[in-house]
Amino acid sequence: MSQTPYSIVKMARDSSRPTGLDYINGIFQGFIELHGDRRFADDPAVVGGIGQLDGRAVTVIAIEKGHTAKERSRRNFGAPGPEGYRKALRLMKQAEKFKRPVILFIDTSGAYCGIGAEERGQGQAIAENLVEMSSLGVPVISVLIGEGGSGGALALAVADRVWMLQNAVYSVISPEGCASILWKDAAKAEVAAKSLKLTAEDAKALGVVERIVSEKDLGQQPFFHRLRQMLVQELEDLSEEEDLVSKRYDRFRRIGVEAVRETV
Amino acid sequence: MAFIKFLKPKNTLEEGGRTAAIVQQDALEPEKTCPNCHRSFPVSKLWADRLVCQCGYHFRMKARQRIRSTVDKGSFQELFPSVHGKDPLDFPGYPEKIDTVRTASGELEAVICGTARIGGQECCLFAMEPSFMMGSMGSAVGEKITRLFEYALEHGMSVVGFTVSGGARMQEGLLSLMQMAKTSAAVKRHSDQGLLYIVVLTDPTTGGVTASFAMEADIILAEPGATVGFAGARVIEQTTRKTLPKGFQKAEFVLEHGFIDEVVPRTGQKKLLSQLLRLHHGGDRFESDTI
Repeated sequence: MSQTPYSIVKMARDSSRPTGLDYINGIFQGFIELHGDRRFADDPAVVGGIGQLDGRAVTVIAIEKGHTAKERSRRNFGAPGPEGYRKALRLMKQAEKFKRPVILFIDTSGAYCGIGAEERGQGQAIAENLVEMSSLGVPVISVLIGEGGSGGALALAVADRVWMLQNAVYSVISPEGCASILWKDAAKAEVAAKSLKLTAEDAKALGVVERIVSEKDLGQQPFFHRLRQMLVQELEDLSEEEDLVSKRYDRFRRIGVEAVRETV
Repeated sequence: MAFIKFLKPKNTLEEGGRTAAIVQQDALEPEKTCPNCHRSFPVSKLWADRLVCQCGYHFRMKARQRIRSTVDKGSFQELFPSVHGKDPLDFPGYPEKIDTVRTASGELEAVICGTARIGGQECCLFAMEPSFMMGSMGSAVGEKITRLFEYALEHGMSVVGFTVSGGARMQEGLLSLMQMAKTSAAVKRHSDQGLLYIVVLTDPTTGGVTASFAMEADIILAEPGATVGFAGARVIEQTTRKTLPKGFQKAEFVLEHGFIDEVVPRTGQKKLLSQLLRLHHGGDRFESDTI
């Protein structure tokens, strides 16, 4: 049953996996979608709004890839543009104002790579999310449900707790991209996937995620029920924590410290 | 005698060829050719102009050269000079690569940090190193930038930074990616204390560095012609199969789209930086509770 990292990458990309909206509908009651970034447009790759979790109002944001070919094309294959990140930030600031926790579901091969996205500041939009999320005054939980593609995923994952589905991946670059840059050979993606340490197990060992969520009954009611219970419990724990923002700072502050040497 | 007229040189090329548009130099002095105007200049002449060609082209500059040409003489004190990365993921070929790069660049890592004075104004300073894996951000770069902002916060100092980077360092995988969040959080803490951060984007500033501390400054300056963007132009062209607009991702283009405060030639940077620092360092800042 042993899977290679690259076979996990393929599983993470499988279009039959539950998408962001499946999680929203499976976990939260009475979800009300809120559209637009109030700057330029409404990005269909990012769905956000208010839902209820165990009777408590929470802000929910998810990257949506879509299932059918038509839907996937409409959702831009789950690749958010600057508008998507700005919409997410708007809703997170709204959550902070009304003291609602924020729960995010991430599934993207990366931020959209296009002319318009660059013209409207893709890099700046991601950077702003990183800055603002680092000090958001409410509990934040991010769950990587499929692909966690680089900065485009991180822009929604500066959280108090980051969880990963068992067969989700989280990486600084796609294995194919890495292989073609380093070895001029996209066919070496298998080697790259192994080297990048992008599986949930790897991410947990590196201290990047706190929890691996089992995929037993994936997409079915018992699965969503289990995940709901986990979120409810975690939010309860987080709402009792003091100095949330400073703990979040420390959470990211220590990552990579062990990968650094100081010689005299 | 008509043939003599026929043999007269018709242009400068026939008179002895085109010469470089500079004064005669010692033939032994190495020259550098400008990739923009294709003229050659002795290195000493370029140095006198801060590695800027007469046509306005800005040659890439090593971090220490940049620091030397920006700060007041003798004022630079390096911080965290010995912090450097290792190979946390056992990534194939990375230790060899980093050894080669260290020898070639003469640096331990892709960023140099310290304190300095610019036009008499004290500040913290970082400059990224293009000859070190094109300024790529791994754990050590993230750690040094974060420490610098923490140091600046502790001492109530402004930060001036020069970016040049291809983005996150893929050989350190997720750890590199997380440096984007870590540095951003440090910038935010520094900013929340009312402290100033000025960045100068130099060629190229892309990927994970653009999507983190390069775009988070209070004042964002850029060098003329510098490439500034998130995704690589070639990747965009291949993915979208569209022709890129003229000047796409050049500093002037990004300025036009509202993401840069000013494009500043290298020769004018020191003066502007010292002016901006002075404007923020004055003891007579407006206090809202005085009215």
